[in-house]
Amino acid sequence: MESVMTSMAAASAARPVSARLAKRADRHVKERIIEAILFAAAAISVFVTLGILYVLLKESFVFFSQVPLWDYLTDTQWTPLFDDAHFGIIVLLSGTAVSSFVALLVAIPIGTTIAIYLSEFASPRAREIAKPILEVLSGIPTVVFGFFALLFVTPILQWFIPSLPGFSLLSAGLVMGIMIIPIVSSISEDAMRAVPMALREGSYAMGATRLQTALRVVFPAAISGIAAAYILGIARAVGETMILAIAAGMQPNLVWNPMEPAATITSFIVQVALGDLPHGSVGYNTIFAAGLTLMLFTLVFNMLGFWLQRRYRERY
Amino acid sequence: MSLPAEEIAAIRANIASRKTRDLIFTGLGILCLAIAMMTIAALFVDMLVTGWERLRPEFFTEFPSRRAAQAGILSAWVGSVLVMIVTASVAVPLGVAAGIWLEEYAPKHWFTDLIEININNLAGVPSIIYGLLALGLFVYTFGLGQSVRTAGLTLALLILPVVIVATREAIRSIPQMIREAAYAMGATKWQTVKDHILPYSMPGILTGIIIGLSRAIGETAPIITIGALTFIAFLPPAPITDVAPYVNFEWLKAPFTVMPIQIFNWTSRPDPAFHQNAAAAGAILVAMTLSMNALAIWLRYRLRKNIKW
Repeated sequence: MESVMTSMAAASAARPVSARLAKRADRHVKERIIEAILFAAAAISVFVTLGILYVLLKESFVFFSQVPLWDYLTDTQWTPLFDDAHFGIIVLLSGTAVSSFVALLVAIPIGTTIAIYLSEFASPRAREIAKPILEVLSGIPTVVFGFFALLFVTPILQWFIPSLPGFSLLSAGLVMGIMIIPIVSSISEDAMRAVPMALREGSYAMGATRLQTALRVVFPAAISGIAAAYILGIARAVGETMILAIAAGMQPNLVWNPMEPAATITSFIVQVALGDLPHGSVGYNTIFAAGLTLMLFTLVFNMLGFWLQRRYRERY
Repeated sequence: MSLPAEEIAAIRANIASRKTRDLIFTGLGILCLAIAMMTIAALFVDMLVTGWERLRPEFFTEFPSRRAAQAGILSAWVGSVLVMIVTASVAVPLGVAAGIWLEEYAPKHWFTDLIEININNLAGVPSIIYGLLALGLFVYTFGLGQSVRTAGLTLALLILPVVIVATREAIRSIPQMIREAAYAMGATKWQTVKDHILPYSMPGILTGIIIGLSRAIGETAPIITIGALTFIAFLPPAPITDVAPYVNFEWLKAPFTVMPIQIFNWTSRPDPAFHQNAAAAGAILVAMTLSMNALAIWLRYRLRKNIKW
């Protein structure tokens, strides 16, 4: 026993414990610094959100101190840059609503069909080919889609509907719908693939075909995820800018008819930004008020979408 | 006990019709996929055909001009490259660091939840809102002007969520045993991250960075919103000079134009001659984003094939 003690003492004399501890403490300092740097990087995302809210609220506050909120919500004219200025956001909202509606009429049926096909019918090989193509579709720059809508889709549509003007919500909405297909299809497909195999097996065991299983078992079981896909698609449509700025015309127009040109919230912001508006003028503040409105809408849709998406994940 | 013949026939007919419906739906699914594919093809072919005459080497070396036939995309592609350099050098370190923190360091804490929800939300914010942020904050509050650095920073913030999410997914696919082995050897957390986690997740992170940059290079709305000029017939100062210290950062402050802005500008002119230019530039831009996407998809495919933990 005593000899062990002496040998331990000799060992620590040769390599003092304190030296090793000191080195580790040094390592700790470095670790802490690195952790702090990494944390700061993660925290920056919060500052981005705060920055967005700060800018939008600050400039909107100036705007609403000059334009009553009630007029903003109820006026049916939008002429912020005229002498006789009117600020009825409903005009821009109508353009946004109509174009998004057209887009969803395209994206929801096609996107859902693709999702059901890929999740329930397609062979793994077909899926491997189809998914990158959809990804490519979502990667095409929107300015190019705008060009396509204005100079390819509109002339084709005019061939069927001769009265269609050169700029229309219809043509912009159709192309926007194609652009949103990948969002709808990929999120819906994820939701359907998360449905447990046992449910499908039960259905097949009762003699159901693939289509019956897909539509009456898998689809209802994945409904909250599919709803999330639709809602995130709406959020994307509402925030889409360039297709509308190029192909839908930019004149503010209170319309419910997609065959007409109209401005949306987003294309109005582009229109103002293209001109020379002095910093601090009412016109300048108007784009921030419009941006705040847009932000509120997309925020609500996104929150709802993420909430629904989480629900289906938790269920099984 | 056998069923009457007519009942058997009815059941057979029912089964046959059900199977036909299966077949019809399969056809419908393929048709819908074909619509997506045809759109990509129509878009690309239309632009190639319309812009074919303009797709000559001079198109890349000429400045934009009032005469459509002499206009080129020199200032646009140079601007795009410079903006992408700024975007990548901001978004990559920030995004990767944030991803590492969230996966490897983050404690279970309300602030961590806040950051996560926040990143989800930022990914859904329309790009034009980032433009308004840049206009209000970078241009007017920080006084960075309508310059390359403002555009680069704006697009960096825009793709930050993409890089963070890709980093997290790549790190999450590394099995826990790798970390345990490193710790058992006495490695600290950072040593584990730097020598094991980061190298193994690199292909996944790279895929995310490429997809993020391919999105940034096609973004138009935020750059229009900061008020970038659309007619730029000069180049920013060169980053490398022949006098000491041989590097020059004046280009960061220079006004600029980028490919999507140039396309938008040409598209919105009534003269069809400019539409040819827009088509040619559009075809180049699509080819660029498609090849970036293809590179990312290929990287991911290779990665899935090669790594077996």
